[in-house]
Amino acid sequence: MENPTLLRRMMMPHRLIMAAMALAGLVAIIATMQWDWLPAALPRLWQGLQVTLAMLAGSVVTGFMLALPLALFQVMGPSPLRWLSLGFCTVIRGTPLLLQLWLFYFGLGALFAQFPEIRESWAWPYLRQAWPYGFLALTLSFAAYQGEVMRGAFTGVPHGELEAARAVGMSPWLVFRRVWFPRALHRALPTLSGEIILQLKSTPLIATITVTDLYAVTTRIRQTTLLTYEPLLLLVAIYLCLSAILIVGLRWLENRIPTGR
Amino acid sequence: MNDQPAIVIRDLHKRFGDLQVLKGVSLTANAGEVIAIIGGSGSGKSTLLRCINMLEHPTSGHIAIQGEAYAMRPSRAGGLQPADRRQVQRIRAQLGMVFQNFNLWPHRTVLENVTEAPVHVLGVPRDQAIARARQVLERVGLGEKLQTYPVHLSGGQQQRAAIARVLAIDPLAILFDEPTSALDPELVGEVLGVIRDLADEGRTMVLVTHEMAFARDVASRVIYLRDGRIEEEGTPEQLFGDPQSAHLKQFIRSVM
Repeated sequence: MENPTLLRRMMMPHRLIMAAMALAGLVAIIATMQWDWLPAALPRLWQGLQVTLAMLAGSVVTGFMLALPLALFQVMGPSPLRWLSLGFCTVIRGTPLLLQLWLFYFGLGALFAQFPEIRESWAWPYLRQAWPYGFLALTLSFAAYQGEVMRGAFTGVPHGELEAARAVGMSPWLVFRRVWFPRALHRALPTLSGEIILQLKSTPLIATITVTDLYAVTTRIRQTTLLTYEPLLLLVAIYLCLSAILIVGLRWLENRIPTGR
Repeated sequence: MNDQPAIVIRDLHKRFGDLQVLKGVSLTANAGEVIAIIGGSGSGKSTLLRCINMLEHPTSGHIAIQGEAYAMRPSRAGGLQPADRRQVQRIRAQLGMVFQNFNLWPHRTVLENVTEAPVHVLGVPRDQAIARARQVLERVGLGEKLQTYPVHLSGGQQQRAAIARVLAIDPLAILFDEPTSALDPELVGEVLGVIRDLADEGRTMVLVTHEMAFARDVASRVIYLRDGRIEEEGTPEQLFGDPQSAHLKQFIRSVM
């Protein structure tokens, strides 16, 4: 039922012209530009992609788990924790991620190195690397933004639905698990999708503290091949694909439950 | 069970800040009784109903369900609050409440709404809960809508699903908080029909309503609440046929 209309929409004249232009551009890019470096670079690109995806997934999952208490403290208190959460979200959201990243890496990283106790501990092999600081900064940033989103989502769940849950004898934890949280999450999903895309586009910042993600790999390729545009165009294509996959996947998730917000 | 009255309320007071909403209400609902609470807006009808399952905490007074009194302790605000959360949860699971705005859970299908409390609160095995849910949904005329989400139902269907949700726990009493007030006029009848069936079945019910004709028809006892007190109480024939208080006469004239 969906397909014929979709096909007809794709066959509109202006669509056809745009598709033809895109195709021509692609052919021109492949034909006139230099791509002989690509096969040799593929393993490195693949590694960079894995680092980028691991950073994205790790910081989104961990950040979201941190966002829940941040949001709940702001909604329900107790007062000291409410102010602490509000302060944390405000500071993180109010400062550039790049700055946080550098403060953690150059600040904390240098600080840790001064303590022999830390240098001799089991954590040092990790703490002397760059990625834990990148991961920390990305996670805290995501937590702060998502904490704010979830705060709004929790407050936005209609009071009556929670009351109905209490009225059938649910404990506060059961109300949270069965009604409050799933409802808030569903309401927050569209915003959450946007935040995940933004997070993907923030990951290249970790290249500035020597984590070899996709962007860092591309930069090295540019330095060794002395090419300006080709690696960057490839990077654009990869990020576009990743964004598209995320958008489609998250929209599918949203549409599974028709709540008519 | 025991032969205690389903609901006993003694000298109930409720204050919201400076506003005295209930000023000493006493009320007993025996098993099988259908009690209709009528009164103007702000008379405290809904507050009274919501105190029965502790959605509102009374400022003072005594409430017992099937002979079991809520354990209360002084709250910081100067009133009372439940002393034992688990007791409140246990009693609530025996009372059903139907709300003015239905309050179905929109992220779950009709069937899931109905099986939610049996499965997750009462611990009924899922297949039994589903069988029971089909049965009660059939009864309220929603046998065809099991997999539908609430947003795709009309108001009347939503309210009938909410009644089914309550019937699924086989409550010892059902509290109705203006169940038809949010409905379009043409949908009121189908919901009242279901409530009438429950009354005929001998269910214990307390019903806050603006549908005077319905109250007169279905209730075994009618309570006229005015300004936080029971001003008049009796059979529907007494209250509607021969009202004593001037306020009640005025009220009946204005709404019927």
